[in-house]
Amino acid sequence: MKGTNFVDLRDAGDPVELGALYAQQGADELVFLDITATVDDRKTLVNLVREVARHVNIPFTVGGGISSIADVSALLNAGADKVSINSSAVRRPELVDELALAFGSQCIIVAIDTRFEPAAGLDFVHTHGGRRITELKTLEWAREVENRGAGELLLTSMDADGTKAGFACDLTARISSAASIPIIASGGAGTMEHFTEVFTAGKADAGLAASIFHFKEIEILALKNYLATQGIPMRI
Amino acid sequence: MEIAIIKYNAGNVASVMYALDRIGQNYQLTDDHEQIKKADKVIFPGVGEASTAMAYLKKKGLDTLIKGLKQPVLATCIGMQLLCKHSEEGNVDCIGVFDVEVKKFISKDLKIPHVGWNSIVKRGENPLMNGLKEEEFVYFVHSFYAPVNKFTTAVCEYEQPFSAMLQKDNFYAAQFHAEISGKAGEQILKNFLAL
Repeated sequence: MKGTNFVDLRDAGDPVELGALYAQQGADELVFLDITATVDDRKTLVNLVREVARHVNIPFTVGGGISSIADVSALLNAGADKVSINSSAVRRPELVDELALAFGSQCIIVAIDTRFEPAAGLDFVHTHGGRRITELKTLEWAREVENRGAGELLLTSMDADGTKAGFACDLTARISSAASIPIIASGGAGTMEHFTEVFTAGKADAGLAASIFHFKEIEILALKNYLATQGIPMRI
Repeated sequence: MEIAIIKYNAGNVASVMYALDRIGQNYQLTDDHEQIKKADKVIFPGVGEASTAMAYLKKKGLDTLIKGLKQPVLATCIGMQLLCKHSEEGNVDCIGVFDVEVKKFISKDLKIPHVGWNSIVKRGENPLMNGLKEEEFVYFVHSFYAPVNKFTTAVCEYEQPFSAMLQKDNFYAAQFHAEISGKAGEQILKNFLAL
């Protein structure tokens, strides 16, 4: 039986303490995004990653400000299991090929921030926290980064993000059906039912949430127990 | 107790070292033949590509060294595949402790690589699963697999059943990453160290 769900540490307090706590509570993976926002320089960042990795016994992904082989090398050597790249891949798509070749697809996650563009009737990739539209169509970009060697996709719907009204299940299902790599759905989680929806209707391989865990609106173990009763395979 | 982690070109081993730190165990990361031979336990980890890894091991003479080890050896992920006879990944002859052919996952319905937590079920005698449930979740990342065979001590299912763990004499192997498999993974590492 296969199943996974994620936690991320965006906006977190002490990342080391929280990471260890979430791991203990039953999180299946930790994703630490926007990490550069919390530290001043790469060296501090690498030390922080090392401290988190020392304290957690589950897979640990780091994202934010990664744009070169040297960046990834430093993070993996510090104990990150995977890295997540976003705008640097939009700027220079060849980076995905280079990183997959150097480190293997299994540790390269491409994060895609997407928003529906009503005028065009299509979803487009956005950067700068969803504020800036690119000319990349989300579905085509997902296929392209898969072909370039991405191992997983972290799909964040900027329309759903922060609404607590549920994941963007239609979009997630379309991307998941088109891709042959796992999709981590992010953005919009507000209730336990939302996770059931994203794993069924949304065809997501994993669900990511941040604020509902940080603010203890939903406890990880309670969520996993609930999902198990809904027939979603869970590690408990 | 001296523990040697074999140093070679297959991925980083920070997670393995931190896992041993967490259970309070000292170790040395080394490719020195004498140091590996005299260690009480040897860990052969890795994330990488089989033919590239084999070429490096051969160049360093580590392939024959590993095959001749008499103390308990734990191989994980690509380490386990390299202990098999041959791998479809890069069509390469491997170390050959296990007379097993490593194959590529092919599926119309399931996503490849097989990434994430999946449950393993003990098969026969398996001291590394002492203290664990008959079925436990552990963390996998792989595109190639060893089919179920006479050395299989735990089975996982993805499209079809495959070997999650193998054992022959002093050689123990796991396809999953025990070092990041939560409490279950820690128990497996502790059980190996207690052999």
